[in-house]
Amino acid sequence: YLSNTSTLSTKMAKSFPEEVLEHVFSFITSDSDRNAVSLVCKSWYEIERWCRKRVFVGNCYAVSPRILTRRFPEVRSVEIKGKPHFADFNLVPEGWGGCVYPWISAMAGAYPWLEEIRLKRMVVSDEALELISTSFCNFKVLVLSSCEGFSTDGLASIAANCRELRVLDLRESEVDDLSGHWLSHFPDTWTSLVSLNIACLGSEVSFSALERLVARSPNLRTLRLNRAVSLEKLHNLLCRAPQLVEFGTGAYSSELRPDVFSNLAGAFSGCKQLKGLSGFWDVVPAYLPAIYLTCSGLTSLNLSYATIQSPDLVKLVSQCHNLQRLWVLDYIEDIGLDALAASCKHLQELRVFPSDPYVVDPNVSLTERGLVAVSEGCPKLQSVLYFCRQMSNAALVAIARNRPNLVCFRLCIIEPRAPDYLTLEPLDAGFGAIVEHCKELRRLSLSGLLTDRVFEYIGTRGRKLEMLSIAFAGESDLGLHHVLSGCESLRKLEIRDCPFGDKALLANAAKLETMRSLWMSSCSVSFGACKLLGQKLPRLNVEVIDERGSPDSRPESCPVEKLYIYRTVAGPRVDMPPFVWTIDEDAALRV
Amino acid sequence: MSVPLEHDYIGLSEASSMERSSDKISSSSSSSTLSTEEEKNNVLNLKETELRLGLPGSESPERKAGFGVSLYGTDSLGPLKNFGSGAKRGFSDAINGSSDKWVFSANGGYEVDLGKGTVLFSPRGGNGGLEKNNTQQCNLPRVPPSKHVEKQTSPANEHASAPAAKAQVVGWPPIRSFRKNAMATNVSKNSDTVEGNPGSGCLYVKVSMDGAPYLRKVDLKNYCNYAELSSALEKMFSCFTLGQCTSGLPGQEGLTESRLMDLLHGSEYVQTYEDKDGDWMLVGDVPWE
Repeated sequence: YLSNTSTLSTKMAKSFPEEVLEHVFSFITSDSDRNAVSLVCKSWYEIERWCRKRVFVGNCYAVSPRILTRRFPEVRSVEIKGKPHFADFNLVPEGWGGCVYPWISAMAGAYPWLEEIRLKRMVVSDEALELISTSFCNFKVLVLSSCEGFSTDGLASIAANCRELRVLDLRESEVDDLSGHWLSHFPDTWTSLVSLNIACLGSEVSFSALERLVARSPNLRTLRLNRAVSLEKLHNLLCRAPQLVEFGTGAYSSELRPDVFSNLAGAFSGCKQLKGLSGFWDVVPAYLPAIYLTCSGLTSLNLSYATIQSPDLVKLVSQCHNLQRLWVLDYIEDIGLDALAASCKHLQELRVFPSDPYVVDPNVSLTERGLVAVSEGCPKLQSVLYFCRQMSNAALVAIARNRPNLVCFRLCIIEPRAPDYLTLEPLDAGFGAIVEHCKELRRLSLSGLLTDRVFEYIGTRGRKLEMLSIAFAGESDLGLHHVLSGCESLRKLEIRDCPFGDKALLANAAKLETMRSLWMSSCSVSFGACKLLGQKLPRLNVEVIDERGSPDSRPESCPVEKLYIYRTVAGPRVDMPPFVWTIDEDAALRV
Repeated sequence: MSVPLEHDYIGLSEASSMERSSDKISSSSSSSTLSTEEEKNNVLNLKETELRLGLPGSESPERKAGFGVSLYGTDSLGPLKNFGSGAKRGFSDAINGSSDKWVFSANGGYEVDLGKGTVLFSPRGGNGGLEKNNTQQCNLPRVPPSKHVEKQTSPANEHASAPAAKAQVVGWPPIRSFRKNAMATNVSKNSDTVEGNPGSGCLYVKVSMDGAPYLRKVDLKNYCNYAELSSALEKMFSCFTLGQCTSGLPGQEGLTESRLMDLLHGSEYVQTYEDKDGDWMLVGDVPWE
């Protein structure tokens, strides 16, 4: 009897139908779970790879297009990231790489049914866009986040050829804006638009084409206009799209005229589903009340380009009781953040940007007090990006104690190496408290005066930390050693202007294979150490970025300008520009 | 002699014990910190200390680049103030010449372009690196929203000189180019629209004279040309000029309201307050409302 059941169960395990497994796997959507599933056994690996529809490539050089298409033949949606994060701040020289064309070319052959492409920090040419538009008959979603290399001509190809397009989102990309006519290439028969984000475009798009487009898109949910769209025209669009959920204005300024105001207010109040607002360049405060009626429904508000003062900001924000995300300039000041803390109890994410980061003295009254107030008053706060000019350990400790649920904490004290302004001590204790209390912290950016001690805290307590950004901090290699020998979950580490050298890197070389990437610039890592790493760790690409000419022309002990190390299964890059050198196994210097 | 100290600062400019951070702009000073030259000034050379608004074409004395104003720490004025802190002052001569472009720098040093007839005050001498050529259009990358200019009840923080900007480190603070460019364009748009904005009724500007124990505020809208402004300022600061002011001279031309109040109250002291830049301002210049 017993043996019967055991044979029965083994039989079942062996003949468990693939279709059933596939069906089960279809409920597993997270990439890491999918990856785990594929490691269970060979048959699961096979089944999983045939039914994976969505792939995320965190570093375009970690894997090759060929490897991707060979393993996953049925992909419908791809997301690829290119340049390292510090490229956002001009630390990666022009021409470094991250070109998407090879990927598009490979996928054009392998994935005729591809529907979605999402790219971040990649170089996208007009040719790539044209290839996309002609290769995938069912193409629906194009998101280009912080990309560059294309012009409005490329957009015209997308508009003309992608009959099934639903999403065109150009967030913060740099577009060579030749003309606004590209929008008119969308055929009149095309009515499937769901989301359009052209906020980054400089020149005016044809407004009548835009109006007609909006009018024939009943599924339009997100519309983010560019600055060139004037305020008087907004109500035309809003009236044609009362179903909008997210809306970004253009320049929000005009001579105050009662008819314009009442049209606008009426149009806004007609959008009953509106949850998110953005845009607001050049705000004329008198027009702000036009959105008051939408405030109670808003969950997301991006005022980070709005140069309006604290009183106007307070009036606005105090009505947004359901606000979950606020991006704002430091004009809000401490007093505005007090009001935010009092009114917005559902706030999850706060970003405060500096209105004038290049002046020594504060131009607004925004200090650490504002952030402390929000940490006290907003129980759901989990993500913070805060630029300010003074900070204290006491404030950081308070924030940590108030908000142990923080997941992302990025603090930028504008003056490098600024100490606790009250005690003049380093801010080690403050940041230490953050990593200690916020046990779910996944992302941390440091600033201010910091010794090696803060890295000891981070290394030992930052167990879930995945991304760490360090600038102008630390005293010696010990600091870097603490991080590399701790931080079990670390995936991305980016460092600039710190006195970290060879010792910590070489002592923790193996750690680098467990991470996606390491960036170090203006540190003290010698070329010799880079060569050693490149030789010893074949599954890492060790790339030296140095615009002074070949590192071979200088002594090996000479520190490199910039260093980018990442794990890869694709071997060394083949598209390196002249200022990038890679070390391969036989320590040959490859350019 | 019972001349109130604050009216007779000449000769009291012993070396200032205030600190001066190196990247603050040192106001061009009309009196040097030590020496016989100073004494000479006291006695003989009124020109050195006299407030001059040089309209285009007028001659102006060489300003000594040097340490400036001393605030002798008298009780009436409270603790020594650090003139360097935040308040960039240097009510220097109006810029020569052909250009009518004057720009008020506001609020920790932004430039607010007032359209036609704007004024540039730039200190001569030690200038934290931001010496602007007066004849050019000034293009500091950032300017506050026009609202700053028009505050009535809280005095607009407009200073007569340029701010200290840091030498910029690449990629720091970490702000994306998209945002940097957007803010830069904000600035130029704002400076165009300042005049166009629905007005408050006045435009207060802080004025300082080197060596004066406190600053004044003038409402630019009260004047319709530079000549008027110039003479008003002369009158305003005349009491600081040696020999012209005693507490009991009602016959003086151009008594300001506050001077009158002093006289009425027969007080040897004037009321001052410290504003948010750390400057001492004479009470009464900005209307109560």
